[in-house]
Amino acid sequence: MARFFRTFPMIAALAVLLVFPMFGQIFYTELVAKTLILAIFAMSLDLLVGYTGLVSFGHAAYFGIAAYAVALLTPAGAVNAIWWVLPASVLAAALAALVIGVFVLRTKGIYFIMVTLAFAQMAFFLFHDTDLGGGSDGIFLNSKPTVTVFGQQALSLENPTHIYYFVLALTVTVYLLLRWLLKTSFGHILIGIRSNEHRMVAMGYNTFHYKLAIFTIAGALAGLAGFLQVVLTGFVTPEMLAWHQSGNVLLVVILGGIGTLIGPVLGAFTFVALQEFAQGLVARWQLVMGIFVILVVFALPGGLAAIPARLRRRLVKGGGE
Amino acid sequence: MDIVSLLIQTLNAVQYGLVLFLVASGLTLIFGIMRIINLAHGSFYMIGAYMAFGLSSGITETLPAMIAVGLILSFFIGFVLEWAFYAFLYQREHLEQVLLTYGLILVFEELRSILFGNDVLGVPVPEALAGSIPLTDTLSYPVYLIFISVACLIMAGLLYYLIRHTRLGMMIRAGSHDRNMVQALGINIDLLFRIVFAIGFMLAAFSGMISAPMTSVSPGMGNQVLIISFVVVVIGGIGSVGGAMVAAMVIAFADVFGKLLVPAYAGMFVYLVMALVLLWRPEGIFRKG
Repeated sequence: MARFFRTFPMIAALAVLLVFPMFGQIFYTELVAKTLILAIFAMSLDLLVGYTGLVSFGHAAYFGIAAYAVALLTPAGAVNAIWWVLPASVLAAALAALVIGVFVLRTKGIYFIMVTLAFAQMAFFLFHDTDLGGGSDGIFLNSKPTVTVFGQQALSLENPTHIYYFVLALTVTVYLLLRWLLKTSFGHILIGIRSNEHRMVAMGYNTFHYKLAIFTIAGALAGLAGFLQVVLTGFVTPEMLAWHQSGNVLLVVILGGIGTLIGPVLGAFTFVALQEFAQGLVARWQLVMGIFVILVVFALPGGLAAIPARLRRRLVKGGGE
Repeated sequence: MDIVSLLIQTLNAVQYGLVLFLVASGLTLIFGIMRIINLAHGSFYMIGAYMAFGLSSGITETLPAMIAVGLILSFFIGFVLEWAFYAFLYQREHLEQVLLTYGLILVFEELRSILFGNDVLGVPVPEALAGSIPLTDTLSYPVYLIFISVACLIMAGLLYYLIRHTRLGMMIRAGSHDRNMVQALGINIDLLFRIVFAIGFMLAAFSGMISAPMTSVSPGMGNQVLIISFVVVVIGGIGSVGGAMVAAMVIAFADVFGKLLVPAYAGMFVYLVMALVLLWRPEGIFRKG
């Protein structure tokens, strides 16, 4: 019964997302697609922040590197099949995470936060200051990757509704994949590292290898989000690697609740909804956003995902804390 | 490169390094003593710069008066901010500190936009300091830049005296070692923290204030300073004011001469230096045990 109450809202939400494009306008379809991409991005960060205890403040680097890989790997006039563009861009992000991970994982705590930021800034300035990717203006995608199955066009990535279902399918895949991954012994070792790394070392685990593995996986998934983002919008700018982007996705994870997979998804929807709502309501939407964030810290430790547990506790105890 | 332009670039680097040091010293004090990651520190710098704009356009004419009013005002703002927001963060995790101070950045940026708009604003250089010193027939060096260096040096000296030779400084140093023991000895740690925070705010605002005539006042100016000061704090070793001075100079020289030698890669250069330093010493140059 408890299992039913936990899975039912998710299935209902998925059903709503499945039928949504049939009723909403194109604008909202694209907005929800954008939100789902943010959700994948946030889930990948949560692997580090929530499950392994590594607060990365430079996660946007992998998001942006994959996006630039898509733009730079697809020459004008050529037909670029998704079957190689997608793996290539994700691989580029994974490779960057692997190399950077070897360096940054030597540090801990606040130093880790700062070194990840430093490497992300390096990547940002690489694309911003040099001609590699069109400088500070960024570049447009020459053509969107084609999706063909047995010679037939299966999806058109020019069509927002097609992109939407593509993104939705990948979001669900990533969610299920991570849920499985975190239940394996690999996942348990990560959680062990978060709660007490010394003990894991004493038990004979080489924690560095596990941390490097999850850092690379998180980078690859951030890359997947970056790939989807560029497919959705059709252009790349250095802003995709900016520290604001890293800050925002960290905000999404904390807002939703760290150490859960559904938290980042909830956080993404809340973040985008709040942004859109506040933007429509008042010109000073950042003010509303800032105040909301401050209130969350004061009133809601544990993020949005912790609300059901808090309510349950309150009901059981009859209102007393 | 001839000797005169080398001199000019060196003076530039020293001046930049001193400003960076002032911002970063407040950050490292707040880090080291209160264990708080303060992302809003760049906003404090920005508030100082806008304060200079506000004060110079009509309220006070003379520079000493402007600086005095600015210092008192910023100490007071810092005091109130600590009481209203930061005092709640001591028992919280780093993550929540990041979140709250990030929220504060958004609020400060928006308040700035409401009060001053989004245009780039200029602050006039005070008349007495407007000239420049001729070095050769074609090259000269502005007096105001030298004034900034001197003012920063005076502030740094005062800070050194405060930390090393006063009773308050003794409590600050003790607090960074073992805050429970300090509390057990009957020192009002809440008040101590509030004062340290206000000093940190004041140092950042002062840097923004005196830099304003040179850099002009613009939206987003705080963010850039924030990230660079974080780099300085981390390279120097968290909590070490002396380390912040050395690191600020390293970063300033890397930045100024990086721009000269490898212009296209100058932005990356500073972060490359940071990465190399941390690979060599993962806890900063001056971190004690």
